[in-house]
Amino acid sequence: MSDTPKELKYALTHEWALNEGDGVVSVGITDFAQESLGDVVYIELPEVGDKVSAADEAGAVESVKAASDIFAPVSGEVIAINEDLEDSPETINDSPYGDGWFFKLKMSDPSELEHLLSADEYIESAAEE
Amino acid sequence: MNSRTSLYAAHEKMGARIVDFSGWDMPLHYGSQIKEHHCVRRDCGMFDVSHMTVVDIDGSDTRDYLRYLLANDVAKITAPGQGLYSAMLNDRGGVVDDLIVYALPRGFRLVVNCATGDKDLAWMNEYAQGFQVALQQRDDLAIIAVQGPQAIARVSSVVEQTIGDRISALKPFASIFAASSPGGDDWQYARTGYTGEDGLEIILPSREAEAFWWQLHDAGVPPVGLAARDTLRLEAGLNLYGHEMDESISPLQANMAWTIAWQDAERDFVGRSALLAARDEGPQDKLVGLILTERGVLRDGQAVYIEGCERPGVITSGSFSPTLGYSIALARVPLQAGDWAEVKMRKKSETVRLIEPGFVSRGQQVFAAMAE
Repeated sequence: MSDTPKELKYALTHEWALNEGDGVVSVGITDFAQESLGDVVYIELPEVGDKVSAADEAGAVESVKAASDIFAPVSGEVIAINEDLEDSPETINDSPYGDGWFFKLKMSDPSELEHLLSADEYIESAAEE
Repeated sequence: MNSRTSLYAAHEKMGARIVDFSGWDMPLHYGSQIKEHHCVRRDCGMFDVSHMTVVDIDGSDTRDYLRYLLANDVAKITAPGQGLYSAMLNDRGGVVDDLIVYALPRGFRLVVNCATGDKDLAWMNEYAQGFQVALQQRDDLAIIAVQGPQAIARVSSVVEQTIGDRISALKPFASIFAASSPGGDDWQYARTGYTGEDGLEIILPSREAEAFWWQLHDAGVPPVGLAARDTLRLEAGLNLYGHEMDESISPLQANMAWTIAWQDAERDFVGRSALLAARDEGPQDKLVGLILTERGVLRDGQAVYIEGCERPGVITSGSFSPTLGYSIALARVPLQAGDWAEVKMRKKSETVRLIEPGFVSRGQQVFAAMAE
């Protein structure tokens, strides 16, 4: 079974968002997503300073099997990216909620977090795929 | 309800991610397809390929029947146990399936693809009319492939020494039959595979497969799923039915001309006249290998553009090469294609290098590095 931590918020497109306080969220892809993709071999990250709106494309992840876009779960400015992933994309498979984070956003509208799915809601939607 | 091999319970216990493969519940991987791939290149691994269809053929006309049914010539087989790779063609010279045919102590054995098993049997039965042959699908058999530089040593460590000695002496495509019980000859050890490494494909009674699988496991052989099987065969430049060839593709367009036995001009075989015409006319396409050292993964179905050629080629199998660390593919392209092509990829176009099919063999890169 996939791991879906309760303290995170989720997008239908399989990203998670962790509220780190001070209006900052870190973003990655879910355990369900990395399991479905299989071994990740390339990733594309946004650039620090990029401004994204919720549901905008903000990167991509490519596994041996398939490629998939990464969408910003909320609107904001990219203030950090996880450059270590470029050299060791397998971190996404090994630690999707930890070292496998993609980028951090300074939210322009923190209330958008409320529109994201809870862990239970995400599990339900992922189960339908 | 999908079919399951006799090793299904073992796959579940070993933590396999199970997927549907042509109506079978098969292991895709047991955690990481890349790690499994490296195991086979560097040491060894074992695959459950029991979903493949085994057909034993016996009867006084078996040899004549197979010389007519197959594009390669079973007359090349001179001893029991010897195997031969062949295409089975339709009368338009397209490929119905590719297979390995082995001489049994009595009769012959065909190992054909899983997805095409039912179609092949119907085809073979149709062409059996007029021949004294009996076809028997062996649903009672399992197939375990053990592949990698240490495969022979590892298998030898779990079988009787006399069998181990005979396995070690096997030439490629040869096999031995060994008894699991006194008087039996129901295990076949063939020095064949689909990975570009040394190894064995072991055809054995289904009821004995799980115990043998765990014996191999205890001897340090990790399980490898179908996902790594695909990247291994792609690196080896080996065709996969339904990708590099199908009923509309001639073996001449699929790097399989070497499997057509023309030598005996007296021998008619299904597809011969169509293939002769195609050969005389000259094929319009060829199968090549593609190399993309930039980021991104080549995928099946992507168009391959050749300079000065209006008609694009197509990627028949594209993936990531764990051994090389970048993407490779097989592609069917117009005959005049040279050393470079453009591939229309996801959101971008990339230049790829063309080589003869075959990227990695026996753990090593087999194509020449680019001259600077």
